[in-house]
Amino acid sequence: MPVVKTVELPLTRQEDVVAVRQRTRSLGVEIGLTIVDQTKIVTAASELARNTVIHGGGGKATIEIVKEASKQGLRLTFEDCGPGIPDLERAMQDGYTSGAGLGLGLGGSKRLCNDFAIESKVGKGTRVTIARWKA
Amino acid sequence: MERIPILKMGSFLLVTIQVDMHDQLAMTLQDDLTARIVSDRASGVLIDISSLDVVDSFIGRMLGNIAAMARVLDAETVVVGMQPSVAITLVELGLSLPGIRTALNVDRGMELLRAGNNGDSNAGRENG
Ligand SMILES: Nc1ncnc2c1ncn2[C@@H]1O[C@H](COP(=O)(O)OP(=O)(O)O)[C@@H](O)[C@H]1O
Ligand SMILES: [Mg+2]
Repeated sequence: MPVVKTVELPLTRQEDVVAVRQRTRSLGVEIGLTIVDQTKIVTAASELARNTVIHGGGGKATIEIVKEASKQGLRLTFEDCGPGIPDLERAMQDGYTSGAGLGLGLGGSKRLCNDFAIESKVGKGTRVTIARWKA
Repeated sequence: MERIPILKMGSFLLVTIQVDMHDQLAMTLQDDLTARIVSDRASGVLIDISSLDVVDSFIGRMLGNIAAMARVLDAETVVVGMQPSVAITLVELGLSLPGIRTALNVDRGMELLRAGNNGDSNAGRENG
């Protein structure tokens, strides 16, 4: 899949989550996503970026403008080398949290995007990739 | 320390969130508001989120916490000005903001607070 533009951002502190939201928004505007689609992917980005910082112990976000056939979209990858997720099925369920969250981050992000993929290995880390295509 | 200002108008507290808050800033606002409800003997809290272009589960939880704590302290909370795209996204995220009263804009929100109607936002549920 051709990548038109790539932006890499660190995710170690809370403030980094704000930077990921803002960069995702500006790239969404750049490719002409509707306001609703921008808001959906920015919200998903916020949830996943916070997970990387809080549950993953820090990592990075990669935001890409991608092209497939004639359509354009945003693809976001969140990676960490943290503890990993022992039970992915349970983690994806709405309301499940191992901490003090609402447990809506993973399930909600999946609903807010067109593509959603998660890989996680206990003791190795977690990688979540999402994409939202221009309608 | 960075803080969101809280204004007092009569017996109401007014907050306009104009920056993209990181989590600690949101927590500080929650604590500050709770303290001010007590110290100012406020009977209502109005939170204007019309400048917010994203409300994720953390901010949603903060709004819910503020409303819950205000209720315990005998004050009413109204959240005003939610952008339509934010409302649509919140539903898909799975956050229904139970117990939070909402109004279209600051004027409507103030009317609600002045009316001092203590029902919660899900009025339909009370009847059903
Ligand atoms: N990057 C990650 N590394 C380790 N665990 C994670 C990660 N992301 C999510 N999890 C696990 O999945 C659970 C559910 O995540 P989420 O749906 O975002 O809810 P919340 O963050 O509110 O707990 C988390 O409580 C945590 O146990
Ligand atoms: Mg989360």
